[in-house]
Amino acid sequence: MKHVKTLTGAVLNNSLKKGGCGECQTSCQSACKTSCTVGNQTCENSN
Amino acid sequence: MIHQYKMKDMNIVLDINSGAVHIVDNMLYDIIEKLEIGQSLLEISQSMANVYIEEDIDEAFEEVNKLIQEKQLFTSNRYHSVVDTFKQRETVVKALCLHIAHDCNLSCGYCFAEEGEYHGDRSMMSLEVGREAVDFLLNNSGSRKNLEIDFFGGEPLMNFDVVKGIVEYAKNKEAEYHKNFRFTITTNGVLLTDEIIHFINENMYNVVLSIDGRKEVHDLMRPTPNGKGSYDLILPKLLQVAESRNQKNYYVRGTFTHNNLDFANDVLHLADLGFKQISVEPVVAPDNRAYALKEEDLPTLFEQYDYLAEKMLHYREEGKEFNFFHFMIDLKQGPCVSKRMTGCGAGSEYLAVTPEGDLYPCHQFVGIEDKKMGSVYGGLKRMDIQAEFKACNLFSKEACTSCWAKFYCGGGCNANAYNFFGDIHQVYPMACELEKKRVECAIYLKARETFRI
Repeated sequence: MKHVKTLTGAVLNNSLKKGGCGECQTSCQSACKTSCTVGNQTCENSN
Repeated sequence: MIHQYKMKDMNIVLDINSGAVHIVDNMLYDIIEKLEIGQSLLEISQSMANVYIEEDIDEAFEEVNKLIQEKQLFTSNRYHSVVDTFKQRETVVKALCLHIAHDCNLSCGYCFAEEGEYHGDRSMMSLEVGREAVDFLLNNSGSRKNLEIDFFGGEPLMNFDVVKGIVEYAKNKEAEYHKNFRFTITTNGVLLTDEIIHFINENMYNVVLSIDGRKEVHDLMRPTPNGKGSYDLILPKLLQVAESRNQKNYYVRGTFTHNNLDFANDVLHLADLGFKQISVEPVVAPDNRAYALKEEDLPTLFEQYDYLAEKMLHYREEGKEFNFFHFMIDLKQGPCVSKRMTGCGAGSEYLAVTPEGDLYPCHQFVGIEDKKMGSVYGGLKRMDIQAEFKACNLFSKEACTSCWAKFYCGGGCNANAYNFFGDIHQVYPMACELEKKRVECAIYLKARETFRI
């Protein structure tokens, strides 16, 4: 497309289908301890 | 819901409900803005006729339509419908924050743990309590394979033999229970030795090393009990840890306050020292503290995040790339909607354990008697607290429902909300404003990186 470059598509809709396994890291265990930071966590469900 | 913003020469459009992110030209940016406020294509076409040529406008309309058809623009919120089932979900405990030591060898001015004591007396976790905590986790984690144990304090290295004993005990149980333990530790670095660093590198999935940045900034808030700064004492040890872990799986973590509103220079100082994994975060403090961040500080802090983002691009060009925790964002393989709705999982999936074995919703609730949930000996007793936290999600927080950043943030810190308003369903506005700014910067950097523009 000429007027738009898509950085990422509809990832949230898709994640509704397979999400929720809970194997990912708890956000507060990564670094923060004083602020909730979820968007930078990585999904561990490769299926 | 759409959120659009300009950063430098880049026009960024977020479709909140789908998670799609688009970089658009000026014309499309204007069109989307007008569509969002309800203007018709005819109205838009007429209002833009003096600025753009008709064929270009038509072409842009076609591209908008294509994105809408592909459910990447102006998508509706489908998640309200899953909230009810979501609240009923079975949860297991998958992560514990072990308060190995309610004592500390520093006297940091902003410490929410009150120099490690958490509103109580100085105390150390025994190996017996630690083992019970491991058993509690094994017996309450259902089929979850990856389990997390964070060694926290106070300062956990003041009780390091117990840390070693707990790691050994948990590892011996992994095969029998078909679990994989991931250990992390948060330390101020004062007691680090070659032997301890070796143990940490052999056993810890992640290490969080506390340092605030420039020497004068660090020493002001992180003195030893005799009032001397701790920067010179810890820096060589922290550098040693970072190098010995090949600059991976660790964070140097600092706190910025009203005293260093130019905190980007602290981040850059840490980068210049050679650290590659950096997190410097806003202090959370009552308004009556001199070092607390104030609403009038926000414009300065926003400028600092902008400045830091541009500096990170320069550092990358010069081959001195580093990660800044709050600018990291995983747009493609990021967390699922369930994770984004539940946030940190405090009080249900994630619990804190005191040196005596008492259970709390998270480390920041420790010492608030009303939030004590049980003990590693008798298990969870206050199921009402668990239910309260389980029901707390993006759509139970009024402020989050209309916020464009909700799926990036996860609803904010429940402890901050409780400490400021006495209610975990509230949000702490200062944190919200900073989080939104950081998400904008993170996406901007991701776009620069992806498109090499």
